[in-house]
Amino acid sequence: MDRRGFLECMAWAGTGLAWVVSGGVASSSILGAPRRARAAGTFSFVQVSDTHVGYKGAANPDPLASLSRTITLVNALSPAPAFVLHTGDLTHAQKAGSFDTLAESLKALRTSEVFYIPGEHDVFADGGKEFLQRYGRGTVGDGWRSFDYQGVHFVGLVNVLSYKSGGMGALGDAQLAWLKGDLAPLGTSTPVVVYSHVPLWAVYPAWGWVTGDGEQALALLRRFGSVTVLNGHIHQTLQKVEGTLTFHSARSTAFPQPAPGAAPSPGPLTVPADRLGAMLGLREVRYTETPGPLAVTDLTLEG
Amino acid sequence: MRMRIRGLVVAGALGIAAVVLGAADVHPALPPSHVEIHQFAFSPTTLTVPVGATVTWVNGDEEPHTVTSRTGVFASAGLEHEETFSRTFATAGTYQYFCALHPHMTGTVLVR
Repeated sequence: MDRRGFLECMAWAGTGLAWVVSGGVASSSILGAPRRARAAGTFSFVQVSDTHVGYKGAANPDPLASLSRTITLVNALSPAPAFVLHTGDLTHAQKAGSFDTLAESLKALRTSEVFYIPGEHDVFADGGKEFLQRYGRGTVGDGWRSFDYQGVHFVGLVNVLSYKSGGMGALGDAQLAWLKGDLAPLGTSTPVVVYSHVPLWAVYPAWGWVTGDGEQALALLRRFGSVTVLNGHIHQTLQKVEGTLTFHSARSTAFPQPAPGAAPSPGPLTVPADRLGAMLGLREVRYTETPGPLAVTDLTLEG
Repeated sequence: MRMRIRGLVVAGALGIAAVVLGAADVHPALPPSHVEIHQFAFSPTTLTVPVGATVTWVNGDEEPHTVTSRTGVFASAGLEHEETFSRTFATAGTYQYFCALHPHMTGTVLVR
């Protein structure tokens, strides 16, 4: 497998923009086109982010309806995703009952397993107590998690529990030590997927879109041949390639945010109603063992 | 604009009430001091008040914000649009704070 990271925008696919990441020959995924049958050693998973249950504002008059449309899209994916990663901000400012509302909505999801990491909106009021009570099963430390699925190593990192004045996410020494030990036994050919809420890379520090000690985590990952780094928090797709590391920020299902520095503040971005669906969405990631493409496709709610 | 003014009036009432209840014996004539939260920023960024003053923060954004001391001596809950948080400063010092949801938002209260 050629493990040089390669990222290219392949095509506008209807209302969805297909991004394809592969280790060699690029391939495209076109929304609505027939998908090839699942080959041995292949699987897909979905990233959903920033559902912000409880949000009430001009940027989306009905976030729960957007979430419902997201769930419908996930249920329609073929092949069905093996699991869903929720990369944080389940709720909007931990409003009472929001976790219950989300759980009720997600009952419609036909994917059996959902792995959650918190965003700052889920933990700021109680230091993550309720979040960990609900979603902490199987995690270590303050909600960190790793697991293996069909040869791919997944790591969920928490970078919102030690927010500091001046503004950035942080992993902390204990989590970094755990990560080092978690990765140590793995061979460099092991594909690794890392997911967090706040970007591990410096997207826009002036708005806090950065993890202060994220570079220490990335340094531990650079020896691997294929590392896919997923995050939420900024409510828009952004991609970056750095050696064997590819970074992907995901859309929210609730409301968009402005491009870095494109507005006076990072607050919710209100767009014309007929454009909102194209700015919300989910992400499907497909892994194929041979010849080894890892396809990351961002789908919007529109269409 | 009308909503903003109404928010300040409410904040003023809360601030005066806090002075009356908390520090009226020492500084009965102190006016309330306000910090506005607007466009993800505290304004003024640095506020200087006398000992015993009550400071009231008013959230003018639609997004929730908090007023959280860097050293943990005070912390608001999440403030919704036009909600307020007040704190009386009985001891001189420098009080730095930030928003726990958007920690790039920072401010300082100087109590002299």
